[in-house]
Amino acid sequence: MPSSRGYLGAACSKMSNRWVAFISDRIKCNYMVAQQSNRIEKNIILRAPRSRVWRALTTASEFSQWFGGKDLGEFRAGAKIAGKVTTQGFEHVPLRFDIERIEPETYFSYRWHPYAVDPNVDYSGEPMTLVEFHLADAPGGGTALRVVESGFDDIPPARRAEALKMNDAGWGYQLENIARHVAT
Amino acid sequence: MSRRNAASALAHAAPLFAALGDETRLALVSRLGASGPLSITRLTDDTKVTRQAVTKHLEVLERAGLVRGERHGRERLWVFEAQRLDEARRYLDQISRQWDEALGRLAAFVEK
Repeated sequence: MPSSRGYLGAACSKMSNRWVAFISDRIKCNYMVAQQSNRIEKNIILRAPRSRVWRALTTASEFSQWFGGKDLGEFRAGAKIAGKVTTQGFEHVPLRFDIERIEPETYFSYRWHPYAVDPNVDYSGEPMTLVEFHLADAPGGGTALRVVESGFDDIPPARRAEALKMNDAGWGYQLENIARHVAT
Repeated sequence: MSRRNAASALAHAAPLFAALGDETRLALVSRLGASGPLSITRLTDDTKVTRQAVTKHLEVLERAGLVRGERHGRERLWVFEAQRLDEARRYLDQISRQWDEALGRLAAFVEK
């Protein structure tokens, strides 16, 4: 059977046209709908040492500056961050995420509700995605940063009962994911 | 994005991504997308998967809104719903763009 990679590949190249010129050659688009469930992956080489990038990612005050947020509190594993977005036009939006792991200068991860922009909506019943930052030394100097957002296929609680009724290998696999998700 | 859409975007998209998170189903969607409507007989022709298994997969895809079964006389044809996949892709595109912008700001921040 034909693979769908061609179709998704087309989506990627269409996107690249829209990228801002100065970052277009530095971020690699990579969609994968197959196999490892759904994920967004971005790779960028930053012309700064790992220690600098690490500080920008994991220090609340620095993260606030480039991400566009405030009142984020202290970043540590297990912390539930509840601040505000400062990006123009989105100042009414809460910025919330649950920090999972912090491995100095190597790995930083949190879970959040992607695109949760409506302050009047309770997103707590919706699935959360996992955001992971991987840092490594870039071969030519600087820092290679990989950002992966995954879990777009996680099933909202209301759907779980329905899913459980389906005696199907694919769903069985998804349910294992959910089990892992709720167990962590 | 309207309030309702923003609130339900992922809740709406998640079952679809879950339905696609299986190689057989992904291949079925891909095949129907490329060929147009096909009967179950045609869909099982060149696979090792049994007719019953393919039917089950098609039903999962139908529940996720990715395919639709249409009666044509005594035959049932399976039709790919491109719009549903486009919705999901647009949702991912949106999040992808937000990362592009955020990483652009991060680059400017650490390189200054």
